[in-house]
Amino acid sequence: MSLSRKACVAGAYEHPTRFAPDKSMFQIMAESIRGALDDAGLTIKDVDGLCTTGIGMGGMGIVGFCDYLNLTPNFVDSTAIGGSSFVAHTAHAAAAIAAGLCEVCVVVYGSTAASSRFAIGTGGAGGGGDPCDQFEIPYGPTTVGAYAMIAQRHMHDYGTTPEQLAEIAVAMRLHASMNPVAKYRDPITVEDVLASRVISSPLHLLDCCIISDGGGALVITSAERARDLKKKPVYILGTGETVRHAARGQRDFLEIAAAQSGRLAFERAGVKHSDIDMAMIYDSFTITVHTTLENLGFCKRGEGGAFVSGGRLRFDGDFPINTDGGGLSSNHPGMRGIFLVIEATRQLRGECGPRQVVDCKTALVHGTGGALGTRHSGATLILSNQ
Amino acid sequence: MADQKEKKYAKPLPHVDEETRPWWEALQRHELYVQKCRDCGDVRYHPRAQCTSCLSPRTEWVRCSGRGKVYTFTATYQNQAPGFRESLPYIMAWVELDEGLKMLTNLVECRPEEVKIGMPVEVVYEDVTPEVTLAKFRPAR
Ligand SMILES: [Zn+2]
Repeated sequence: MSLSRKACVAGAYEHPTRFAPDKSMFQIMAESIRGALDDAGLTIKDVDGLCTTGIGMGGMGIVGFCDYLNLTPNFVDSTAIGGSSFVAHTAHAAAAIAAGLCEVCVVVYGSTAASSRFAIGTGGAGGGGDPCDQFEIPYGPTTVGAYAMIAQRHMHDYGTTPEQLAEIAVAMRLHASMNPVAKYRDPITVEDVLASRVISSPLHLLDCCIISDGGGALVITSAERARDLKKKPVYILGTGETVRHAARGQRDFLEIAAAQSGRLAFERAGVKHSDIDMAMIYDSFTITVHTTLENLGFCKRGEGGAFVSGGRLRFDGDFPINTDGGGLSSNHPGMRGIFLVIEATRQLRGECGPRQVVDCKTALVHGTGGALGTRHSGATLILSNQ
Repeated sequence: MADQKEKKYAKPLPHVDEETRPWWEALQRHELYVQKCRDCGDVRYHPRAQCTSCLSPRTEWVRCSGRGKVYTFTATYQNQAPGFRESLPYIMAWVELDEGLKMLTNLVECRPEEVKIGMPVEVVYEDVTPEVTLAKFRPAR
């Protein structure tokens, strides 16, 4: 059974806040749901499915949020695989709708990472109680460090340069300058990135995503139901998800989850790489974008450095990505996956004003959760307005 | 008092359980091991009770040479976690052991600018508490 065009994004809302010391996480989530339902032309009474991670919530996760908003959905999913979770939720919602488990499913996220002064990338990573953690926590792993080790290896194997990685940060900042709600909007240069202090070699401060508060929500429904709603539907064509880890000590670390999730999404969508008009690629760090593009097959392994250079990633370039300014410049409240789907939806609807990609029909979304250099998840979506 | 405070080991310690105790006890004897499946021959690190390739519980402990090469590394200049914030920069690395398995560790007795991928390294044992010894690596001599 193919999922292609069975379900669609009917509503999308990005909470404009970047710093909300006056709000709780649940309040940001509830405000986001109101925004997404308004966008779709639906009400809370129409919602019969709910997806959110449960991360940062109490012991019962999603159930506590259902209590807060007095929801009794027919379908709940609290898949928690890091920042990619909301991309996976969108796929799960589509599958649930296609299977008849629910008809209007909300995917929601909220976080007060910045106002609670949470060190997303440079606190001790994990600290978890899993068996694998016991063999890592004594050595001081951080999230940025785990990504930095991927960058170091890629530079060694293929001659990728810090300048090439910096080009990614520069393009994201250009896009942020055209996004009124982005947190950092002043243009930067490759030299600025290289002159910023090294956080974990070879990654500089400006190779790293920012920390903000924020939230967002999506309304996913059947293609049939979407037909008479307020906005033009954005169809879900293909999905894929998987994980990568140390593989019992035998992993090739430059092969990441995107290789598998991307292949699945393209196969299931029945589209080619050349059909993709723009992409939203999780940019926790510049190296994340670079390695994801290689693994999704937009260029060969080792060619990512050249691929991201020369302005190709700009909204007006050959391969526009992260037109909202990404996690590097717009917002990163800890898990950014939902914003990838939201911006892709806005692009496919033609709502992006000065940063609109011309003639945008098909978009790819790829979320990464966790850390490429230890273990992570990847979730890919292919979306279309046709 | 100040002296006592400095001596207290502040970095996170592993939780040692029955499944992994033999591995940690070997480190206390300054010996490093990986595991090999007695049924299919697959080798694995970190230690766990069953082979990940065939799920066999029949496991052989293989003593390592203690030598390997730097697969990749990073020098960390920012980490707010206790124990690490006092020892910046420190070097974290995946070392590929001679036995073919990659192990996350720290590189010690060298400066970040001296480290190169592919560089031969050898194990050093740090007895960080009476109960825990860690395997770290330094440039091979
Ligand atoms: Zn086996």
